[in-house]
Amino acid sequence: MSDIHIDGLTKEFDDVTAVDDISFDVDSGEFLVLVGPSGCGKSTTLRMIAGLEDITSGELRIGERRVNELAPKERNIAMVFQNYALYPHMTSAENMKFGMKSVSDYTSEEINERVRKAADILDIPELLDRKPSELSGGERQRVAIGRAIVREPDVFLLDEPLSNLDAKLRVQMRAELLQLHRELDATTVYVTHDQTEAMTLGDRVAVLNDGQIEQVDPPQMLYDFPDTRFVAEFIGSPAMNIVPIDLAFGDGAVAHHESFELSLPNPELFTERPDSAYFGVRPEDVSLVDNVAGDPETFEAEVSVTEPLGESLLVHCLLGGDELHVKAEARTELDAGDTVELCVDEERLHVFDDAGDAIYHSSPRGETVSDAAETQVEP
Amino acid sequence: MATRSTSESTLARLLPGDIDAEQALVHGGLVVSIFLMGLPLLLALIMSTQNTTEVYQITNVGIGSQGLSNYETVLGEYNFGQYMINSVVMSVIIVVGKVTLSLFAALALVYYRFPYERAVFMFILLTLLLPVPVRIVPLFDLMARLGWGNTLMAITGPYIASATAVFLFRQHFMSIPASLVENAHLDGVGPLKFLWEVLIPMSRGMIAGVSVITFIYAWNQYLWPLIIMSDQSKQVVQVGLRFLQAASQSGLTRWGIIMAGAVIALLPPLAVLIVMHRPLLKTLAIQQK
Repeated sequence: MSDIHIDGLTKEFDDVTAVDDISFDVDSGEFLVLVGPSGCGKSTTLRMIAGLEDITSGELRIGERRVNELAPKERNIAMVFQNYALYPHMTSAENMKFGMKSVSDYTSEEINERVRKAADILDIPELLDRKPSELSGGERQRVAIGRAIVREPDVFLLDEPLSNLDAKLRVQMRAELLQLHRELDATTVYVTHDQTEAMTLGDRVAVLNDGQIEQVDPPQMLYDFPDTRFVAEFIGSPAMNIVPIDLAFGDGAVAHHESFELSLPNPELFTERPDSAYFGVRPEDVSLVDNVAGDPETFEAEVSVTEPLGESLLVHCLLGGDELHVKAEARTELDAGDTVELCVDEERLHVFDDAGDAIYHSSPRGETVSDAAETQVEP
Repeated sequence: MATRSTSESTLARLLPGDIDAEQALVHGGLVVSIFLMGLPLLLALIMSTQNTTEVYQITNVGIGSQGLSNYETVLGEYNFGQYMINSVVMSVIIVVGKVTLSLFAALALVYYRFPYERAVFMFILLTLLLPVPVRIVPLFDLMARLGWGNTLMAITGPYIASATAVFLFRQHFMSIPASLVENAHLDGVGPLKFLWEVLIPMSRGMIAGVSVITFIYAWNQYLWPLIIMSDQSKQVVQVGLRFLQAASQSGLTRWGIIMAGAVIALLPPLAVLIVMHRPLLKTLAIQQK
């Protein structure tokens, strides 16, 4: 297994810059997820690592080798494609062997042994003699992964491998991928547009937007301490509430909004002190006052819509001209037009400046990290 | 089972009392048009059994007195077997050469990035505007200079490069997901191995279809072989038919003999069509897209 070093990687197509000067490292054995909306350059980045796209500028190293100029086959990587890329006229076993055979240093016995082993790991020995057309989507995906495994590459690259599967199968395959990664301990770069996949699979997650990296961090860090407004809104569902505020700094820091006033704890954590900014709070960090003990600062809002999510109730509230989503307890009796009293979890507040960069998190960064490692649940 | 039930229902529909006027009209029209289209072939088959006098009696449309002896004459006296062999050799060489070359050309066009790729493809398509009959004079000159006159090279070479076949293969290759070739790149599978082990097995239907079209096209070549081949024993069957016409009996063209030759000349492409009609239909369907 090898680590990957990416330094100033840039890809320009004729008149667009798809990937703009990005840098990050992937440690040996790490599972790194590249996530972002479509067109953010995540697939292009992956394809540059694979060698399927030329690198316009920057340096790419796998292990100690600079691989910018190396052909894909010399980089010793395996890739799993969104559409599986299985050869339709070959059986699963032939598909898995095909690439191996062109690397001539293996005897056919070794190849067969490896295919058997990969099939065992993926629990597909009975599918080996079938052609792709006789397999279901999930089975095809397994064969495609098996084909990557038999090569025992330095690096695995996965390009949205689960997006052609139905929702239930996706959750199941996600768990299996995680388990597989644990068994193989392979350096993996995984591209997805689905933030849930990113959160559940990644040791670390790199959020891309518009060809640039917004943040690279472990999932819980990303969730608790988004570096930018984009990350805050992209990671998490339902998305973080963002409302414009005015800031006043006296003894403490106070956020003024047309319908609430809130003193922000730990004002020394502000990295900048602008007059106006954007206040961010996740729907689950806002509560209806009835459910909160003590005497927190509260404010009123009007309910516009309620969406029952099953395990909770998502309440859309009107805060003056802005909308605020609140995750309330399931089966709370609320109707449109009701006025509710709300309060926020003071440890989970965020402020972003006009440019979209985070200038304040109400908890000191890192405090919840140990916490995060424990609470990071498996899917 | 399905065909049986359909034929049963067709049968049921054809039963008297069930036929309405409109259907009768439609079916009548179809029968007449099929008959009209088949008529020349039918007449050729009938005439090929008649002697010259019988042929000239317009009203005589029964099986003639000659039976199969016209066929014997054509194959024996007129050396028609040799022409048939020449035609088969020519057609097979053209089919193999054209399919091979076009596969390579399409492979290059689809799976390699090279400068002015689009222009190259357009240039290939442009050659459609200049079929062999248009280039016949310069082509003759070229063959003469190459010293290929009166050889197999002359009647096969000019047909090997084909814009149509390149176009058909290119379109087909483009419908194959790019990730297949990308995966092959990652595995270090070379272009020839990829062509042989992936593209060709995945394009069998298209290759068969193009082969049928090419075979029939090659088989029907007349003008170019007529011009470039001076040796009668090396001639192809379509020109051979012309030789039959020259043999007249007391000033009357021996149509019985000619028709027998025409029927013989018809058999190989017919056989190819019957065997390969399925892939051919698929190819044509793709062409319509």
